[in-house]
Amino acid sequence: MSGNMNLTLKIWTQKNAKSKGQFETIKIGGISPDMSFLEMLDTVNEQQMKEGKEGFAFDHDCREGICGMCSLVINGLPHGPDNLITTCQLHMRKFKDGDTIVIEPWRASAFPVIRDCVVDRYSFDRIIQAGGFISVNTGSAPDASAIAVPKDQSERAFDAAACVGCGACVAACKNSSAMLFVAAKVSHLNYLPQGKVEAKRRVLAMVDQMDKEGFGNCSNLYECEAACPKGITVDFIAKMNREYLGATAIYAEKVYGEEM
Amino acid sequence: MILDSAIPSGPIGEKWTRHKFELKLVNPANKRKFSVIVVGTGLAGASAAASLGELGYNVMAFCTQDSARRAHSIAAQGGINAAKNYTNDGDSVYRLFYDTVKGGDFRAREANVHRLAECSNLIIDQCVAQGVPFGRDYGGLLDNRSFGGAQVSRTFYARGQTGQQLLIGAYQAMMRQVAKGSVKMFPRREMLDLVVVDGKARGIVVRNLVTGELESHVADAVCLCTGGYGNVFYLSTNAKGSNVTAAWRAHKKGALFANPCYTQIHPTCIPVTGDHQSKLTLMSESLRNDGRVWVPKKIGDTRSPDQIPEEERFYYLEEKYPSFGNLVPRDVASRNAKTICDKGMGVGQSKLAVYLDFSDAIKRLGASAVSAKYGNLFQMYEKITDENPYKTPMRIFPAVHYTMGGLWVDYNLMSTIPGCFVLGEANFSDHGANRLGASALMQGLADGYFVLPYTIGGYFAGTKLDKVTASAPEFEAAKKENEAHIHKLLNVKGKRTVASIHSELGHIMWENVGMGRNQAGLEKALAEIPALREEFWKNVNVLGGEGSFNQNLEHAGRLADFLEFGELMALDALHRKESCGGHFREESQTEEGEAKRDDENFCYVGAWDYKGVGVKPELTKEPLTFDNVHLVTRSYK
Ligand SMILES: Cc1cc2nc3c(=O)[nH]c(=O)nc-3n(C[C@H](O)[C@H](O)[C@H](O)COP(=O)(O)OP(=O)(O)OC[C@H]3O[C@@H](n4cnc5c(N)ncnc54)[C@H](O)[C@@H]3O)c2cc1C
Ligand code: FES
Repeated sequence: MSGNMNLTLKIWTQKNAKSKGQFETIKIGGISPDMSFLEMLDTVNEQQMKEGKEGFAFDHDCREGICGMCSLVINGLPHGPDNLITTCQLHMRKFKDGDTIVIEPWRASAFPVIRDCVVDRYSFDRIIQAGGFISVNTGSAPDASAIAVPKDQSERAFDAAACVGCGACVAACKNSSAMLFVAAKVSHLNYLPQGKVEAKRRVLAMVDQMDKEGFGNCSNLYECEAACPKGITVDFIAKMNREYLGATAIYAEKVYGEEM
Repeated sequence: MILDSAIPSGPIGEKWTRHKFELKLVNPANKRKFSVIVVGTGLAGASAAASLGELGYNVMAFCTQDSARRAHSIAAQGGINAAKNYTNDGDSVYRLFYDTVKGGDFRAREANVHRLAECSNLIIDQCVAQGVPFGRDYGGLLDNRSFGGAQVSRTFYARGQTGQQLLIGAYQAMMRQVAKGSVKMFPRREMLDLVVVDGKARGIVVRNLVTGELESHVADAVCLCTGGYGNVFYLSTNAKGSNVTAAWRAHKKGALFANPCYTQIHPTCIPVTGDHQSKLTLMSESLRNDGRVWVPKKIGDTRSPDQIPEEERFYYLEEKYPSFGNLVPRDVASRNAKTICDKGMGVGQSKLAVYLDFSDAIKRLGASAVSAKYGNLFQMYEKITDENPYKTPMRIFPAVHYTMGGLWVDYNLMSTIPGCFVLGEANFSDHGANRLGASALMQGLADGYFVLPYTIGGYFAGTKLDKVTASAPEFEAAKKENEAHIHKLLNVKGKRTVASIHSELGHIMWENVGMGRNQAGLEKALAEIPALREEFWKNVNVLGGEGSFNQNLEHAGRLADFLEFGELMALDALHRKESCGGHFREESQTEEGEAKRDDENFCYVGAWDYKGVGVKPELTKEPLTFDNVHLVTRSYK
């Protein structure tokens, strides 16, 4: 049951991290409004391959908005024109017959392009390695109900923990800042009693790593919040800034930087 | 071949404790001398890598995604079981054990399931300590919900994102070890081969998915945590990248594959809309608490659902199963939906759907109460279908969801290849012929946090391991073989795309090895799959090069394995003439059309030994005994 939308796509193509990329223009017909955006791209690739061309590379896996793998800037918007969804949840009914759609990768120096619209987000893993965890070895945990966590606190931690690490916040920011991602993890862990012990070291180490990775400064324009598929709010950035200031004031330089 | 399951002696409740004591230990200072490869970073792999790293082993972890956090476990919605009995409703380790054995329709090992139930409570403790934000009540204590197949409330949950939160916990624990240097992470790598030296698993060959380079990695043991093979059906609720490749390649190197035909088909998924469909989306089982399943009584009734009066609706589950109604287990609900649609009574454009109607619940509880319970699912449904389930009943249809079969492992989670361990959905061990909701997450984490870290020590302490390097002839040979395989794929240069052949395979599997299976259909599949495999090797067109990022080549390699594996699935289904759990042989049903087990002839694990492509594999049976939970017929009438 194919549909009848005709579209013009301008898709970013780039052989690898070192080569220069460019837009390629493709015309595609027979698109159904019930297709997801990625199914539309599957259709494009099937057509390309039938013509003996390799098709376009784009990242995806779960295709239900939770793994954080899909990552396209569509008409200038990370994850496209719908709210609170990832690229894989976007459907073609959001577009009209005859539309031109521009498709690009996340653009940030900390996210180098691997191919076409596929980028490398290893910098996010390194930020987590710096302090985005609670130090508890397997088997050393107390009974799960030993510490009660007030519901509102646990809910707020959860709102922050909903981050899927896709990087849309970085792609949306003119400075390529990763503040929303880092703030979400800092808040998730620091709101919980289990995470409080390491709270200061965590915020310092994670922010430090974020800077090292080459992410820019917060522009305070809140584009990140608008692009976030999980509705993570910039309030967490404010919370992180307060924690960071508090931690730098208290934390003697000699302590910070010690083995964690 | 005789399969030694290595189940410890003694009463069921003491086996694991006794075994842990009897296992030989590796001295803490010696642990760093051992290296372990962990393939896959889902719940099973991430928890194993973190725990082994903490113990001091040298761990190398691999995944196909760009980050370990994106493994398919992330997609689990509903929850994770544990026998905490916080709700004081009579739960216990023994009851969780009992429910899981019975839910698996008596085709799992008692000893493994009991150990799983014992570990369940430790998992919850561990996850809370890591910062997993489980649902809590107003007193700040952990909350529980009910799930299918149990009469107690033992499911812990984190909104509709339980898998995500558990995986992030395990991933963070693993990242902590990466920072410490005890775990080295290799993302965007695909395992193509298991390397066996002197009869022991000593490493893997992977393809670097960014550069296309084949790399050899050497270790003292290899743990496969590579998930399930539901994508042999092309359409499933699994992630697009889920595959059988790692397990299949290990199988070809001598690891027996157990019960490959056991597949779980989930009753409530969003139906297919057209040929472009690339995957199926699950709508949580919890919806059946308040939704009523029906179809119009009259075949070909095209009126919109709100125009169909009550007396012209067929609430088939409520009529057929008055005591369980819409809450019958997954296999029963799925089969009934299929039967209805086979009769031409399905709804929607494709006629392959039934209604799941919330109008009564909305009348009874009010729209806002319904929204508080299911709001996110309703929104997800609307985004995909463009229909408002508050006004129009949902249309749902069953979809492939989970695979209970997998590589055969003994009680130590070791496959028939010494040093090759298999964890999580990739092994066969704990769910028998049907998995209960919320128990896959439990199993993956039990395997990785609490079982493997003990049993692998026992293996190292009791095994002589010679020094092996990546230049060993076995590694060189494996690399060459895989290079040749890749060249072969790229050089077919036929006319068909990989996806078109995969979709055709999926169709064969779904029609013949799906919800209802019979001899004629299975024999048909056994003729069609090899023919399609031949078509693939004659007529596929794999574009792009080998030395670069090439998703088409990745897909082609996975499909080539599915085209071999699908045949084994059909063969296993054909040999198992009984019905059990998710495996429904139409020839073996009761007068009322329910599954009929044959304990006299089939109370065993069927483990297959590879003999070559298209050559009949050899079957070895591991008999199952039930000393604690007595064999009974499941009934939901
Ligand atoms: C939509 C959905 C909802 C679910 N909900 C629930 C639920 O509520 N409760 C429950 O208990 N269970 C649920 N399940 C089942 C459960 O999520 C899975 O069974 C479980 O998470 C599997 O975990 P795993 O660690 O074994 O494998 P996975 O999480 O699938 O991880 C596989 C890993 O292996 C890697 N890999 C695969 N092949 C290769 C290769 N060749 N080379 C290198 N790496 C490879 C992948 O990159 C990945 O890291 C659900 C499943 C689905 C699909
Ligand atoms: S593909 Fe997983 S979030 Fe889009």
